[in-house]
Amino acid sequence: MAKISNSTKKIEIADLTVRYDGVEALKGISFDIYENEILGIIGPAQSGKTTLLKTINRTIELEPNAQVSGSVKIDGTDVKSIKNVNQLRRRIGMVFPLPVGLPLSIYDNVAFAPRTAGIRKRSELDELVERCLQQAALWDEVKDRLKSLGTKLSGGQQQRLTIARALSHQPEILCLDEFSIAIDPVTTMRIEDILKELRSQITIILVTNLIQQARRLAGRTAFIFENELIEINNNDIIFSDSPANRLTYDYVNGNFG
Amino acid sequence: MPTDTVPSSTSPDSPEIIEPKLMFTATEQSRKKQLTENIARCIFFVMTLLMILPLVLIVVYLFVKAAPILSPEFFFMNPEKGMRAGGIWAPLLGTIYIVIISLLVSAPVGVLAAVYLNEYARESWFTRIINLAVVNLAGVPSIVHALFGVGAFVYFARMGRSVLAASLTLAIMTLPVIIASTKEALGAVPMAFREACWNTGATRWQTIRGIVLPNSISGILTGVILQVSRAAGETAPIMFTGAVFFKAISEGDVLAYGLFDRFMALSMHLYQLSTQVPGVPDALEYGTAIVLLGTVLMVNALAIVLRVYLRSRKRW
Repeated sequence: MAKISNSTKKIEIADLTVRYDGVEALKGISFDIYENEILGIIGPAQSGKTTLLKTINRTIELEPNAQVSGSVKIDGTDVKSIKNVNQLRRRIGMVFPLPVGLPLSIYDNVAFAPRTAGIRKRSELDELVERCLQQAALWDEVKDRLKSLGTKLSGGQQQRLTIARALSHQPEILCLDEFSIAIDPVTTMRIEDILKELRSQITIILVTNLIQQARRLAGRTAFIFENELIEINNNDIIFSDSPANRLTYDYVNGNFG
Repeated sequence: MPTDTVPSSTSPDSPEIIEPKLMFTATEQSRKKQLTENIARCIFFVMTLLMILPLVLIVVYLFVKAAPILSPEFFFMNPEKGMRAGGIWAPLLGTIYIVIISLLVSAPVGVLAAVYLNEYARESWFTRIINLAVVNLAGVPSIVHALFGVGAFVYFARMGRSVLAASLTLAIMTLPVIIASTKEALGAVPMAFREACWNTGATRWQTIRGIVLPNSISGILTGVILQVSRAAGETAPIMFTGAVFFKAISEGDVLAYGLFDRFMALSMHLYQLSTQVPGVPDALEYGTAIVLLGTVLMVNALAIVLRVYLRSRKRW
């Protein structure tokens, strides 16, 4: 397996198996994610990509019928051993495919997480809200109506609001689960550019159905198929004519089915 | 032929574009559908009118019958001359007492229990039993609650027949309904909002306080307020637990009842006037009824106003 030189491991996933009511959603997956990389994850629907993200911030525990075995370590600490789960979730930004604007003003949507973390100072919040909305490429569209409701924004705008909210608690890890499905291509490109900049501060996991997006953004890409990790490799190998696994080649080149 | 009805406004050179217009002309089938639609609408409308009719009739009838007696003194005088004269001060104040005290008990307990059941409790045999109990208790007849109240509060807790015992009995009666309506109001807040909050590291309580309660509070209050009219209207639960045929209290004094006093109540008073006392003037009975009904309607109107406000403020 290829490695990025001079990189420390941020997340170590070892033999991770998740079952919903006994049905395996992930089968014994092991791989590492390095600090400050963008890792692409590709694979068809129902292959366990979202489940994988949920094990990282332990929201999997909110699913009453899910059983998890194996381990997920962040900076060498098993997430299961972390007593304060909210502290863990604050370190990880999550964006899921369906945009959720909270029934609060646009400003409060972004300021919600910092406030729960104890930031009260108005000037500090103002600055944070502006920065996060800038990073989500939403600031220019909403800067004059920060007090209007976040739920009244269009789908694409709400998705960017969700991204701003995920960044608002200054996470070390950002998990994006098909963040661009409701966003137009031009804005998607702007966000992709911002993600490239953010890589210097944040480790980014990018689950995507757009194979070209993984190719553009990620340094490495993992291919998950039928709940198993087929291959994880540098992009120049994954998207070459000879990836380590034939299935990867077929999936990337659309030769499936 | 349906084509006959198509106005020939289009140029005669292109007869083929007449075809798409066919769908806008009435056919036998679409006329029939329209007729069915109109009939259905009429039936629904008539049913709605029928529903309002009894209410309007009752209110008008009561008002006409009660008109001679309705005056400020009627509200502020105790019943006199063996209930055959005077006003309704003692029963009115008693009803206000038991409604307020019972809701002071059942509203906080019910709302907090519902928050626990809806927001914290995981699906388990324990919560399933509680939920089952809530649903079933809501359907228990009020006379059964009355017997429970006699056993639990009057005798076991040694409160005697009193304002407190009756209020607690009413509280037990309204509790399951408050839990059910609160749970419904909380459940109307989409799960996605909670998940979005948890994903940012917010605790359950921060999520409840920041998102869930502000968006369900009107629904919760509506549910609680509707129980006011139920507590005010029930006779059975208070009959054995503290309400009495007659008790004179100082007129105009809002603190006239103590917690352990026996008391009069409007619903009970109306029942006594109409069945137990011969020779009561009609106006007195109808006056009592209209005050009871007026209280209930006013409270319900408040609930409706709240609900309208809730809809206008809907934030997603």
